[in-house]
Amino acid sequence: MVVLALVGACAKKKPVPVARAAPPPAATEPAPPAPAPPRPAERVEESIPVPEITEDAIGNRSLEDLNRDSPFRPAFFALDSSDLDDAGRAIVSANADIMKKYASWVVTIEGHCDERGTAEYNLALGERRAIVVKAYLVSLGVASDRLRTVSYGKEFPFDPGHAETAWSKNRRAHFVITSK
Amino acid sequence: MNAQLPTPNSQDGRARLNSLGVGRWALGIVLAGLGVVAVLAQAPQTPPPAEPTSQQPSEIQLVISGEPGTPPRFAVPDFVALSPDVADIAKTLGQVLWDDLNFEREFYMIPRDTYSTIPPARTPESVPFAAWRELGADAVVFGTVQKTDANNVRVQVRLFNVRSRQSVFAKEYTGSAATPRLYAHTVSDEIHQLQRALRGVARTKLTFASDRNREKVAGPVQNRDVKEVYIEDYDGENARRVTTNRQLNITPTWAPDARGIAYTSYRRGYPDIFIALIYQGLQETPTNGLGQNWLPMFSPDGTRICFTSNRDGNPELYVMNRDGSNVRRITNNPAIDTTPTWSPNGTQIAFTSDRAGTPQIYIVGVDGLNLRRITTNDSWADRPTWAPAPFNEIAYAGRTGPAFDIKVFDLASGETRQITFGEGSNESPAFSPNGRHIAFASTRSGRGTQIYTMGRDGKNVRQVTRDGNNYTPSWSN
Repeated sequence: MVVLALVGACAKKKPVPVARAAPPPAATEPAPPAPAPPRPAERVEESIPVPEITEDAIGNRSLEDLNRDSPFRPAFFALDSSDLDDAGRAIVSANADIMKKYASWVVTIEGHCDERGTAEYNLALGERRAIVVKAYLVSLGVASDRLRTVSYGKEFPFDPGHAETAWSKNRRAHFVITSK
Repeated sequence: MNAQLPTPNSQDGRARLNSLGVGRWALGIVLAGLGVVAVLAQAPQTPPPAEPTSQQPSEIQLVISGEPGTPPRFAVPDFVALSPDVADIAKTLGQVLWDDLNFEREFYMIPRDTYSTIPPARTPESVPFAAWRELGADAVVFGTVQKTDANNVRVQVRLFNVRSRQSVFAKEYTGSAATPRLYAHTVSDEIHQLQRALRGVARTKLTFASDRNREKVAGPVQNRDVKEVYIEDYDGENARRVTTNRQLNITPTWAPDARGIAYTSYRRGYPDIFIALIYQGLQETPTNGLGQNWLPMFSPDGTRICFTSNRDGNPELYVMNRDGSNVRRITNNPAIDTTPTWSPNGTQIAFTSDRAGTPQIYIVGVDGLNLRRITTNDSWADRPTWAPAPFNEIAYAGRTGPAFDIKVFDLASGETRQITFGEGSNESPAFSPNGRHIAFASTRSGRGTQIYTMGRDGKNVRQVTRDGNNYTPSWSN
């Protein structure tokens, strides 16, 4: 009897409609206007708080939109270096917080290089940068099976310029959301 | 035209020439238009029918020499069009053969625009040797081309010693009218072999990665240029696209049989190694997604591939059989180890590593033993390429100021010589199969990155590509 009661209690606990917000509308549909607050049928002594549904501005966007205007910031490196400096660690740490919030996202860390150094060597250098960032994310508590790495060497510069202003933007670990 | 055959059993290289039909050509000319092909075809087995006894020496001097101390002077006029619709081919044959012979810099090539005073010969008997001698020519090419049917041509070529008026080389080819340059390339290679015992490169090809098709990669990140693998003749003609997957396809490298190209492709979203069998349209996948793998390099005998992989968590070098079996790791260091190149005998690998703090070039045995560093004077030394025998050298890209230049390290002396000098950035040196030339990628034109060739002394720089950006050349056998 005790077991049954417990099972019954558990079963009763399961539906918690208030805590569970209704599933957000499909990401691809345009956001509907905020629903008008339900009009109370009749006056009561205590007002019941209106359940509020706020759309997650980030979580509902498509992969294409997310990667076009990414919530992640790239981490930058020094020439021929795959070491994260303080600024780089701060950026990766902020990105880790976003990944923890959106726990279903799978993220590819792309290692990129500037145009100095040969195309061939930079494939390995980009790989090192991606590996270092992945290791730091894992140390911050992001599950490693959510993280992929790929090196693009100097094949995909962010800025096609030929001066340090461009190069400093191109020596980067770029975060791409590959599934959500 | 009193040429005599070399004696059949004459020493060294001469025996090979029996099949060239040098002497038999004289007979062929008598029968011109009647049975040249048949005569040549039976020549190897049949001694030539009796000819009038000649007063000439019994052996032809096959190698044409110039004035003492100077290279022989060669003239290559337009070929003679023996049928009316091959005039363009006749002109192409002459120009391409001249260019091919000029490329090796073994002969002084008399400029073609100085031939106008010399009456064109219609037959080999009417070659105006006196006029060519007046122009200073030691050797002159006489060639003809004619249609054999709607799509095919017959090309005949002779090389004359202008002083002795003897034909020292005579060949005939038949085949498609669509590939006139190939006949000229073939003749050039034959002449270099005959005259200089030199393996020419006129029939070789370059492969490289290019964004010239101006397509964008499909994927979550916008505006990234596709790169595909292309091939071109060594002189930049006859471009063909090899890959068509609209992803990143880079670092192509020829198999020694010149029929396969191994390359790095991101078609699966990460770098992996593929081999395109270009004449069969087939593809091999030796690594097949075991980790991420890039920068394949065939061993000189084509049986093995050295490559870079992150399969153990860090970029390291591995060697595998061509089919992907028998993978062995040959470096083990937390730094970067990449860009392998094989020694000509296949027992050692030179590569780039930043284990000492900056990228430098090291050599290690294929068994992973006997590691040694060879570059010490560069702040960044990268992408070594081992020269084929007999040159005991490694070319690489060394940083000089803001960019890179090509340098060559002599393994015997330990000396390094620089062969490009700050015109743009110069990377990715690749030796020609005879070791006399280097293809490389350079930004010197100011119009993107392009492929160039130069002599191993850095002279005779020629731009090969012009369309889009072009990277990482590899030179076929």
